[in-house]
Amino acid sequence: MSDKQDAAEGGRMEERLYQNRYQVDEGRPHVKIHPQAEDSPELQALMAICPAGCYRPTENGRVEVVADGCMECGSCRIVCQETGEIEWAYPRGGYGILFKFG
Amino acid sequence: MSEHFDAIVVGAGPSGNACAYTMAKAGMNVLQIDRGEYPGSKNVQGAILYSDALERIIPDFRDSAPLERHVSELRFWMLSETSNTSASHRNDGFEDGKPDRYTILRAPFDKWFSKKVREAGAVLITETTVVDLVKNDKGKVIGVLTDREGGPIYADVVVLAEGVNGVVGQRAKLRPELKPQHVALAVKETHFFPEEVIRERFNLQGEDDGVVIEVLGSVTSGMVGTAFLYTNKESISIGVGCLLADFAKTKIPPYELLDRFKRHPAVVPLLRGGEMKEYVAHLIPEGGYDAIPNLTGDGWVIVGDAGQFVNAVHREGSNLAMTTGRLAGECLAELKAQGLAPTNDNLKLFRDRLGESFVMKDMKKYRKVPHLLEKNRQLFATYPRAINQVMQAYFRVDGMDKRSKEGIALRNVAKARGGWWSVATDLVKVARAWR
Repeated sequence: MSDKQDAAEGGRMEERLYQNRYQVDEGRPHVKIHPQAEDSPELQALMAICPAGCYRPTENGRVEVVADGCMECGSCRIVCQETGEIEWAYPRGGYGILFKFG
Repeated sequence: MSEHFDAIVVGAGPSGNACAYTMAKAGMNVLQIDRGEYPGSKNVQGAILYSDALERIIPDFRDSAPLERHVSELRFWMLSETSNTSASHRNDGFEDGKPDRYTILRAPFDKWFSKKVREAGAVLITETTVVDLVKNDKGKVIGVLTDREGGPIYADVVVLAEGVNGVVGQRAKLRPELKPQHVALAVKETHFFPEEVIRERFNLQGEDDGVVIEVLGSVTSGMVGTAFLYTNKESISIGVGCLLADFAKTKIPPYELLDRFKRHPAVVPLLRGGEMKEYVAHLIPEGGYDAIPNLTGDGWVIVGDAGQFVNAVHREGSNLAMTTGRLAGECLAELKAQGLAPTNDNLKLFRDRLGESFVMKDMKKYRKVPHLLEKNRQLFATYPRAINQVMQAYFRVDGMDKRSKEGIALRNVAKARGGWWSVATDLVKVARAWR
């Protein structure tokens, strides 16, 4: 299978996001988790449904977020609005995802 | 910046640009603020541009706007896992030199629109995120706070054109938080090809002809949603979107859904050999009329996606955004000319004019659709599958007579829904929501 076919049929998240342009605001993540006693089902669902795969399990089974690949869609903010586990703001002006085609 | 503006527009998408352009043309002192490196760099859409809405703002837009292809054919696909039943509408009436819709890429298009806004006299600052609104002690909005140094910026009115995921309106408690069942999460990839490959694969006659394909069925795995495939000049936009509440429930990764769509036998030959150059995700307001927030208050107006202005049934959004933006701009300019302040009472002018426009009439017409779809997921899964089964059985030549085939086909449709009563009920429900 050629690389081109790979691209057409989908690959790993890293390869997918590699095509995108980002200006990461180092040290100032715009999405944070406020951990509670237990991670809510909503927060856990984000490990599957975040379109950029920003939510991952840690070694001790909790949910962590690394928002460098975030496309700022806001899905996590809305899914977890009731649980209060997510603090969400837009990156500072000029930072974050920069769409080439949109 | 201590200057006082007639109006501040938050966001430089279709609604913000339409509004800022209209006000600047009318001689108002307008400041527009956008988070992106350039206007468009934070914006995502399918994307279809509807000519009528833009013609009413910039009549000669075709001379300079970066348009991809004019849409001469609409195709509708109903997919099961391995088959496809489709319908299409080709209209060469679009060929009068003024086609009614185009595919566009939002980053270059919004950049172009923004240039027009600045030429009209508005001031634009980019790379600046509006973080909150400033209110006076009577609760009237009098300006914005940004993430730049220099304190608040003041204006007579603030237009929130901040998009579906705008957080300023919520933070200032002007509009309620979005609900997961009122937004769709869509993911999209842009695959690049030589121009002639696109023309050949999609049977395009004219050099700039284009096709849009809207897709229902197995592609959303039973969730409320649709998929799409649009032809651009040298690329194909392919995407799928479903209600965020459904993704949260099924825990299906949206990119896996997209990959499954890309692997469907109807899609594989169209995408073969392309180069994927961008992967994006965005929310689409799908709550319809009942999810529209209050659109005006003392010193503020909401337009575009921030006001939930999407006609999900007809896949229209950018035209509603531009129209709400233009109408708001016209009304604010009229108030200004009459020496009237943009209070909630005076902004009745905007609410009334919006009510008279196609925007509110269409939103109202399909008011019941979001609820219908949310409660009747079979419309997205069962029927497309049943229809494909019927087609397959009916057209297969295998020695069985046609009357027997018809009987089996009809019984299969009823069986898929657990009886004719359910099928009839579904039909009535759809007809009612459509009316």
